[in-house]
Amino acid sequence: MKKGDVKVCILLIEGTNCEEETSHVFEELGASPERVHLNQLVRDVPPELKRSLEDYHVLVFPGGFSSGDYVRAGAIWAARLKSRLLQDLRTFASEGKAVVGICNGFQVLVELGFLPGIGGISEVPQAALATNDSAHYECRPTLLKFENRGLSQPLSRFHKDQTMLAPSAHTEGKFTFPQGDERRMLTALDRADQILFRYVDVEGEYAGYPWNPNGSIHNIAGICNPRGNVIGLMPHPERSFYRYLHPDWTRGGDGPDGDGRLFFESILDYVMENF
Amino acid sequence: MLKATVEVRLKRGVADPEGDNTLKALNLLGFSRVAAVRFIKVFEVDLEEEDEGKAEEMLETMCRKLLANPVIHEYSIHLLH
Repeated sequence: MKKGDVKVCILLIEGTNCEEETSHVFEELGASPERVHLNQLVRDVPPELKRSLEDYHVLVFPGGFSSGDYVRAGAIWAARLKSRLLQDLRTFASEGKAVVGICNGFQVLVELGFLPGIGGISEVPQAALATNDSAHYECRPTLLKFENRGLSQPLSRFHKDQTMLAPSAHTEGKFTFPQGDERRMLTALDRADQILFRYVDVEGEYAGYPWNPNGSIHNIAGICNPRGNVIGLMPHPERSFYRYLHPDWTRGGDGPDGDGRLFFESILDYVMENF
Repeated sequence: MLKATVEVRLKRGVADPEGDNTLKALNLLGFSRVAAVRFIKVFEVDLEEEDEGKAEEMLETMCRKLLANPVIHEYSIHLLH
């Protein structure tokens, strides 16, 4: 498939953000992104507005504070998806298409049971993105080390231990497993190669606050499903797409590309190779 | 019509930064005898249902499907008479 034929659905409801940035990066890379409101997929809308999930190759749940993050971050959006779009989402993921949740989008995928999805998509969440240890909104550049050993094909352009700078901006991002079951779940996640990114410091070492901005278990910043095509992470790679978006952009660094660019390029390459 | 409240709280041992920070602020304001604060969310729900058993069952499902995340939360349901 040619790059221009890769159709990217950036899903919106009230309170999502960064959809413009996400759309821009895919456009910049030569793909065909479209910002689609959930109602365009599930409701009776005029025919020219009606869209079908099956027409896309990449589905992005962007960041934000969907439905005001009422109840819990991502919970309302997940409930709406469960009631109206669950089967389509299941089909989309089962076809191996790329599903990407960034920040609030990650929270939605966890609430939906798609992530981590150990043993399949779960009816109730297997993990939680709990309130940051600092109890407030953390907005800072974070460094992520790529940990995947090869499961996640959409991110295969990253090499093991490569670091990526991507800004974090969230209040509820502490990746958490059920108490008493943490070790078992972590082992399962690691064995299945579902860990994608972990927070590190400038030396590339796993470090505490503020490098790990929220207190996530095992410094986890991003994970994938057992097949590797459903991806979720708290930091925003679209916000480090250009070099000038890096906080140290005036000091060294060659070329216009930021760290986040590879994240999207890799996903597009995967789609072009497989569909 | 039945009324109910649903309390959703963090499980014991799960970090409660909102409670901890409220405690800190209260201590700073001079409430030195406040030893612990826990953050609890309460939903007040009006149900078009007369049968208490059915109401409880419905509320239970609501908790599992939306109001609580079982990984970090426990909940209690109180029917109001």
